[in-house]
Amino acid sequence: MQDIKVDKTINIKGLVCPYTFVKAKLAIEDMAVGEVLEIILDYEEASRSIPKSMEDHGQKVLCVEKTNDTDWLLLIRKVKE
Amino acid sequence: MEFSEDQLQRYSRHILLPEVGGKGQKKLLAAKVFIIGAGGLGSPVGYYLAAAGVGTIGIIDNDRVEMSNLQRQIAHSTKTLGMLKVESAKATFEALNPDVNVIGIAERLSKDTIMDLIRDYDIVVDGSDNFPTRYLVNDACVLMKKPLVSGAILKFEGQVTTVVPGEGHCYRCLFEEMPPAGLVPSCQEAGVIGAIPGVVGSLQAIEVLKLILGKGEVLKNTLLIYDALKTTFRRVKIPTNNECPVCGENPTIVELQDYEVGYCRTAS
Repeated sequence: MQDIKVDKTINIKGLVCPYTFVKAKLAIEDMAVGEVLEIILDYEEASRSIPKSMEDHGQKVLCVEKTNDTDWLLLIRKVKE
Repeated sequence: MEFSEDQLQRYSRHILLPEVGGKGQKKLLAAKVFIIGAGGLGSPVGYYLAAAGVGTIGIIDNDRVEMSNLQRQIAHSTKTLGMLKVESAKATFEALNPDVNVIGIAERLSKDTIMDLIRDYDIVVDGSDNFPTRYLVNDACVLMKKPLVSGAILKFEGQVTTVVPGEGHCYRCLFEEMPPAGLVPSCQEAGVIGAIPGVVGSLQAIEVLKLILGKGEVLKNTLLIYDALKTTFRRVKIPTNNECPVCGENPTIVELQDYEVGYCRTAS
């Protein structure tokens, strides 16, 4: 996964749904098609709901990884405006 | 512009929608909507547009709040009896959402003032209660090419239609001339069930939001009729009339007329 170039990172630790996705969506809206958003979070439900919602909105989920006891890392590629 | 934390929370249910998102919410915050009437329809229209974060809401009405209004005009309350309706409505809408700037105009709309009043707004909403105003607003919007979301209510029935000048019908394509005074009763004479303006005004508010967002389909070339007794919605196709006196190919109405001839002023 280390060979994917990350264009923007947001840390949304401490946030719960729906603000996890609200923050992620606002971040990706401001990016260009083709760019990759990295999301660091610690709310377990969002590790499932953000990838699902991103796919529903037409974006591509590249990676969902539990990085330690509390945190997840998501990589989302913007493929749709 | 960046959203504040309060705005993220307030508009989160909008931002989640693919059709709105942060970009759509910013369009709403930048939008300017002018509402004719702060009564039965103007109350829910203004209330929901304020809740949605429509940044500037102009509203015109020269009446004061009366007890008989309170059965349906939800922007007002027992505490605002006697107050100008536009002041009462401004206080209600701004209490709901301080992001919104409500500009109240305590005047009677006239052919001499309407053009200047609506010039700086993106969309006009008609919530008036009389035919002279309805035709004045239609003609002014067609002449100025302003989208108009028109609503009307009586007894247990409501109607909504959206005029997008140049793209569909106008109110005169539907009813070319005003009905003679006295033919159609007013709410004052015939009555109106209290929740009807809530249904019709909410439909108008949604039409406005879609126009601002540029999403979905609005009621162009369509009249939506709600029958509350039967609980039915009917969509009636309204063809654009090439011979319409205001939006047709050879219009005879090229400037605003005297709309009050033969009409007396009735309260809502």
